[in-house]
Amino acid sequence: MQVEKFSYDNQIVKQFMIAAVTFAIVGMLVGLIIAVQLYVPDLNLGIQYITYGRIRPLHTNAVIFAFVGNIIFAGIYYSLQRVCKTRMWNDNLSQFHFWGWQLIILAAAISLPLGITTSKEYAELEWPIDLMIAIVWLSFGANMFGTIIKRREKHIYVAVWFYIATFVTITVLHVVNSIEIPVGLFKSYSVYAGVQDALVQWWYGHNAVAFFLTTPYLGLMYYFLPKAANRPVYSYRLSILHFWALIFLYIWAGPHHLLYSALPDWAQSLGTVFSIMLIAPSWGGMLNGLLTLRGAWDRVRDNPILKFMVVAVTAYGMATFEGPMLSLKSVNAISHFTDWTIAHVHVGALGWNGMLSFGILYWMVPKMWGTELYSKKLANSHFWISTLGIVFYAVPMYWSGIAQSLMWKQFTPLGVLQYPNFLETTLQIIPMHIIRSFGGLLYFLGMFMLVYNLMKTAKNGKFIKNEDAEAAPYEKDSDKLKRGTIHRWLEKRPVKFALLSLVVVLIGGLVEIVPTFLIKSNIPTIAAVKPYSPLELQGRDIYIREGCVSCHSQLVRPFRSETERYGEYSKAGEYVYDHPFLWGSKRTGPDLARVGKKYPNVWHYLHLEDPRQMSPGSIMPRYPWLLTQTLDVSTTPAKINAMRTLGVPYEKDYENFANQDLEKQANEITKDLINNGIPAESDKDIIALIAYLQRLGADIKVNQAIIK
Amino acid sequence: MLSEHISRIEGIAVYPIISLIVFSILFAAAIVWVFRLDKKYLARMENLPLDTNFDNNPEGIKFQNNSEIKNEIEK
Repeated sequence: MQVEKFSYDNQIVKQFMIAAVTFAIVGMLVGLIIAVQLYVPDLNLGIQYITYGRIRPLHTNAVIFAFVGNIIFAGIYYSLQRVCKTRMWNDNLSQFHFWGWQLIILAAAISLPLGITTSKEYAELEWPIDLMIAIVWLSFGANMFGTIIKRREKHIYVAVWFYIATFVTITVLHVVNSIEIPVGLFKSYSVYAGVQDALVQWWYGHNAVAFFLTTPYLGLMYYFLPKAANRPVYSYRLSILHFWALIFLYIWAGPHHLLYSALPDWAQSLGTVFSIMLIAPSWGGMLNGLLTLRGAWDRVRDNPILKFMVVAVTAYGMATFEGPMLSLKSVNAISHFTDWTIAHVHVGALGWNGMLSFGILYWMVPKMWGTELYSKKLANSHFWISTLGIVFYAVPMYWSGIAQSLMWKQFTPLGVLQYPNFLETTLQIIPMHIIRSFGGLLYFLGMFMLVYNLMKTAKNGKFIKNEDAEAAPYEKDSDKLKRGTIHRWLEKRPVKFALLSLVVVLIGGLVEIVPTFLIKSNIPTIAAVKPYSPLELQGRDIYIREGCVSCHSQLVRPFRSETERYGEYSKAGEYVYDHPFLWGSKRTGPDLARVGKKYPNVWHYLHLEDPRQMSPGSIMPRYPWLLTQTLDVSTTPAKINAMRTLGVPYEKDYENFANQDLEKQANEITKDLINNGIPAESDKDIIALIAYLQRLGADIKVNQAIIK
Repeated sequence: MLSEHISRIEGIAVYPIISLIVFSILFAAAIVWVFRLDKKYLARMENLPLDTNFDNNPEGIKFQNNSEIKNEIEK
């Protein structure tokens, strides 16, 4: 048989690696800054562009899509060529993918601090960037399938299945969650409202974690862990089961509990069973990874790469056990809205994604530069400082999450809240936040050890831009193996394989998505709930721009501890005009669903100017720019039109005199402020924000007053 | 709050049942499937990422199975 000579493209891998490490440092630095801002609120130096609400999404987007994203691409471009025994399909497409992705990151890094955001978590980028993501993502998919189709190896290795599932599912998630109506170039409204928007967003959010942070990394684990251990994977059978069970269950088991919890008992139990079932494939994968090291455990002691990988796989096991536990209602009642969630995601992010990335980088760089790692000792130090960093990060966060939650729920023997002032519970956990940022600092410092070590390694060797290889061409009839033909048939056909993966994923998707679309007609409208006035609508967009949703929820849960603190629990009908929903996922500050009319206008004015004037010790940043920036009312007609398109019942032609109403309402608020000794001006941002805050929950309060 | 409205959707209870049945069938099929796989094929796939030259060694197998790894360890 004639052997063909060809070469692997290492250049593209190198580019993605450099981008990944660079953005890891940037993303972690931003993370460190926001962690410190939580106890030094003036760390934004009075600059709006680096205030917590604006740069918290910058941190999450940078570490997820810039750091982890670039590592995924580097790892896939390295391993896919080698298991397919061919060069990437098209070098130009590889370059287009690389530069396109970096351009998206640049656009995110500029737009998020400017307050250009949709406010939907991990999908904050506005519609022009959403379109760029779609194009670049498809170019990656085309390149991957092109490579798989022209491969020389007949069979498709399990790692590649995970890559295919990643591509297929992320495409579906991104498209469904990003359907929005543009209002100008930098602003759009989600087509979904309220409860429906929440369901779509968390279907996306949960599965973005599953198919961006998990499945591609499992693919990388199945390639790089056997390489680093020089052992075949423990069980190929288990990897097949792992794959199909995981992609089937993941897409809907996680949020399943959210959907069906008030169904009859048997259905509830079934929902819980499904969530718990996800532990099985997750742990199957973890054990498959760890057992790959059978007989090589002695090498873990002196091989830093294996150390990183063992901690990564262990962290994966811990996070995937914790996830289903958090989906139990009784646990969720305590964990939701607290630092517990932050601890959970960082065990996954720092442990699983970070540590596996470092292991892969330490393995790939010497190979690609044809040399040995510059310093094992330094890599070992990096391992220890990162591991300690994770401990110092996660433990205080668990502690503070549980402590704060219990304080929120604590009643005195007389039956009143023991800590009625929310701030008291915030101040209690500040020491934990200080320790957490120390843990983050340790992890961050480790990055510089990695950079130094890898740069020295590269200097010692010579970069192999095109790595020579040879393999026999793929002949259709050379398969002499007879049994187990169905799966072999399937995996020789990547396109059909991708379609089947899509079907499997969609079964789960449909189970959740169909009720999501049916629910719109099942939400009773509450007569007292009216669309936002033009000024309130503008105020709401300022609330979105400033990222208030990062720290304030708008969802009172039906617990006595919450109705006592905030008022009547939230009803689905209250959110029917909320494009997008602003429920939030974290209560760093109190819930705002019922804050309307609770305080006078002047309180909000002074509180936004400097929160510590009204609440001594508050950790909320100051927003002095809201007092001086002029509200842009030129967008009002377009916003009213867009909302009407989405079904919000504004009267015909209302857009033509909406700004008159806006001015009228602004003047009323300003007059009230002036009467209270505040030299306010009616055309400033703060007036619109106050109007919005005073509206929150007010409809229901009016309703109750009428009933009484 | 959510579940209250979801439970009003007609025939909603059938969703989890369909899911469970579909999943059970798929899972059972997958188990049968993997245990019917050819051992040589499995060994070849397991060795795919490792640097083995399949062309000189048609089976392309560096480690035949787990017992061989065990033997290697004992050596």
